[in-house]
Amino acid sequence: MTDTTFESEREFDSDAMTANTYVDREGFTRSTEPHSPRLKLTKAERKKITRSQRNQRHEQQSVLFDEPGPRAQQCIRVINVIGVLLVIAFLAWIIVRFANPPMGENQLSWKLWEPALNGRAWVSFYLPGIVSTLAASVVAIAGATVFGFLFALGRLSTLAPVRAVCSVIVEFCRAVPVLLFMIFFWRLFAGLGMGDSSPFWAVCAGLICYNGSVVTELIRSGVGNLPVGQREAATALGMSHMASLMRVEVPQAVIASMPALVSQLVVVVKDSALGSVISYADLLQRARRLGSLHFNPLQTIIVAGVIYLVLCGLLSRLAQWIPAYMQRRTTGVASAADSA
Amino acid sequence: MPFQSVSLRSLGRSARRRIVSAVLALVCVAGSVMASACGNEDVQVTGPRIRIGVKFDQPGLSVDNGGQFSGFDIDVARYVANKLGYSPSQIQFKEAPSAQREALLQNGSVNMVIGTYSITQDRKSVVDFAGPYFVAGQDLLIRRSDRSKITGPRSLAGRKVCSVSGSTSATTVKKYFPRSVQLMELSGYAECVTALVSGAVDAVTTDDIILATLASAKGDHSLMVVGHPFTKETYGIGVRKDSPHLVAKINEALREMIASGEWKRDLDAATKGTGFTPNKKWNPPTRMDAAVSDERVRF
Amino acid sequence: MRSIGYLLTHYDVLGAFGVNLQLTAWSVLFSLVLGIILVLLRICPVRSLRLFATGFVNLFQNLPLTIVMVFLLLGAFVQLRFQFSSNFSTNFFWFAVTGLSLYTSAFVCESIRSGINTVPLGQAEAARSLGLGFFQSATLVILPQAVRGSVAPLGNTLIALLKNSTVASAAAVSTETSSLMNTMIQYNASSIVSVFLIFALGYVILIIPIGLLTTWLSNKLAVRR
Repeated sequence: MTDTTFESEREFDSDAMTANTYVDREGFTRSTEPHSPRLKLTKAERKKITRSQRNQRHEQQSVLFDEPGPRAQQCIRVINVIGVLLVIAFLAWIIVRFANPPMGENQLSWKLWEPALNGRAWVSFYLPGIVSTLAASVVAIAGATVFGFLFALGRLSTLAPVRAVCSVIVEFCRAVPVLLFMIFFWRLFAGLGMGDSSPFWAVCAGLICYNGSVVTELIRSGVGNLPVGQREAATALGMSHMASLMRVEVPQAVIASMPALVSQLVVVVKDSALGSVISYADLLQRARRLGSLHFNPLQTIIVAGVIYLVLCGLLSRLAQWIPAYMQRRTTGVASAADSA
Repeated sequence: MPFQSVSLRSLGRSARRRIVSAVLALVCVAGSVMASACGNEDVQVTGPRIRIGVKFDQPGLSVDNGGQFSGFDIDVARYVANKLGYSPSQIQFKEAPSAQREALLQNGSVNMVIGTYSITQDRKSVVDFAGPYFVAGQDLLIRRSDRSKITGPRSLAGRKVCSVSGSTSATTVKKYFPRSVQLMELSGYAECVTALVSGAVDAVTTDDIILATLASAKGDHSLMVVGHPFTKETYGIGVRKDSPHLVAKINEALREMIASGEWKRDLDAATKGTGFTPNKKWNPPTRMDAAVSDERVRF
Repeated sequence: MRSIGYLLTHYDVLGAFGVNLQLTAWSVLFSLVLGIILVLLRICPVRSLRLFATGFVNLFQNLPLTIVMVFLLLGAFVQLRFQFSSNFSTNFFWFAVTGLSLYTSAFVCESIRSGINTVPLGQAEAARSLGLGFFQSATLVILPQAVRGSVAPLGNTLIALLKNSTVASAAAVSTETSSLMNTMIQYNASSIVSVFLIFALGYVILIIPIGLLTTWLSNKLAVRR
């Protein structure tokens, strides 16, 4: 049997994520702490190791059932066919119903799909929408990192009042739905006279509040996971508590949380679609506008959905690639340092 | 994990610097992208420009088809801007969602707002109005095949109606329509129209001009406006508070537009194929007195 | 400026929270059932079922919830004319529950799958050597331990679900909290901060106990090894 149990998989939604661990594509809970250095490996050796790891995992998974015998294999084959047929039948039923709705237009007709797919739609609607969505997401993740940095410092401070205030704010931001934040900031900014940029800043502010609190916890637990020696060394150099945090501990924790930050970006991109509720011209909102123009909202929403799938899929790939990249970098340099 | 710090520190100064610069670059890119995304589509125009706030998503009335604007409100905007001395290339259209129109005028993001902007006493206290350039009334859009069955709100008992969430039309349905009428609130009128065509609802309700232009933009002759408006909405052109000079100029332009027949031509073009005629008693408006809308509902 | 008392007596704030809680309660039920089915499919010996479950989870993890809701509304209701009830408010309520359940079940599936990885290999081997087949060893041995080990991520998923229930406004549920907050701010613009705080504190009051409860439960239920 081939190794199909492990299809490519994305990490958890931040909400379903404990502070400094994430679940990698194989579903194994991993720590986002920096990887310890290993001996420098050749490419071939590395490949060999991953292959053996994969085999191991495969065993762990298939340990749930015996290697199927001839009869079981036949049975599986039959279920396979039935399963595929069921899925195809379901899809076919949906498609037929779209083509012949109880009333109204054939939803598969090219007349409705053409305006949702032509060059004009891409140039004037989807591409600017993607740019808006990514702009809000990038600003939000950058803001969330700054927010996280500051509040992590606050929560790790030696001053009890600072700690208390920061904890209350962070817990508040974690508990309030992003949509409520966005609506509040949108109305607030419009009331303050920010004019036509208020939806953008409202989307960013809403995303920063929630994701900032997530990043705070990431960094805080990252600092908690650092070896005591780091703080001791800083103290020995005559650094104060704050200086040690700012110059030694928190920067390391931020770098350690990089992979989790990138997977958080997927959550941010998804959540930015809430901006369409407050009339921010993101991908979803522009898709709806295009749909209003040609009376084909369903078709344009489907196209937008596919774009979101691709975007988030690519970002999750990036999130998987970064830890591997960092491991390669750090291992390489560290081993050189070791030999020196 | 005793070695992790070694591995991190051994990233080396250059690598750390690279990470920092990468983050900085990211922020810069984000900033510039954001400026282009949230800001206006600045077309470089020499000379003065006029910024007009309009709706972007009302087919037939005011719609943005990738930078090309069209519809009745847009025609009015172009005519007025022309009379104020601006060529079409000097007009810059900006989106003015209902909830933000006053804010946009107050902080000077737009010079005027033309977007199904009903004149009300509350709004008059924060902005000035020119016009009205059209007097609309809430009405029903139905499938042509239902025209003998649905003649007004009273005949909707037990039926389903669609309107845009949070709009005053939706409030009217909740307050004044028969109790048995069910309301579906969607985010836009075009979505309501698809629900009407598919039979998910039996009527769409909002101001008659919006309905008529929607039906016209839909193209096939399957939909029609009932034609008995039951409220009175005076559409004005909003400008900044305390600009009587500008109001007078706009009013002059509107009078000219109506007298020259341009108003009628544009309206007919926008409602072509629907057989819609605006309420004769009120249209075309003769007195540019910024009369307040009559919120009372009369079936 | 309106007083808090005025805002609370003139608007049905508690009712709105009630709607969100009902949405959450039903979605918890359905997403748990669906999530467990998905986990079983993902680890079962039949390839087509595994592929289906993987595709399902990937789809709903990478789509914004808003799109799922809008698609259900414009696709399933408006075009395909599926309906749960001829009464609109009941109908849209159940559409929102459907959307939330589909979306959340993907995360429930992944939470439990992360729990499966905490179950030692020996457990599965022991189950097999007792002669248990796949379904028996999965439901009698592996899953019970896996669920106990995944209380913390499941709790986080529950919190996310309660917060996500505000997105039901995209499925035309107009009585829930985010819609009510929007309306209240529209008509009481001067009291925007108090309106926001009323709703925000409501969520804080609901969510903090859930967080404490799941931390306590995950410690209590964790299988000591």
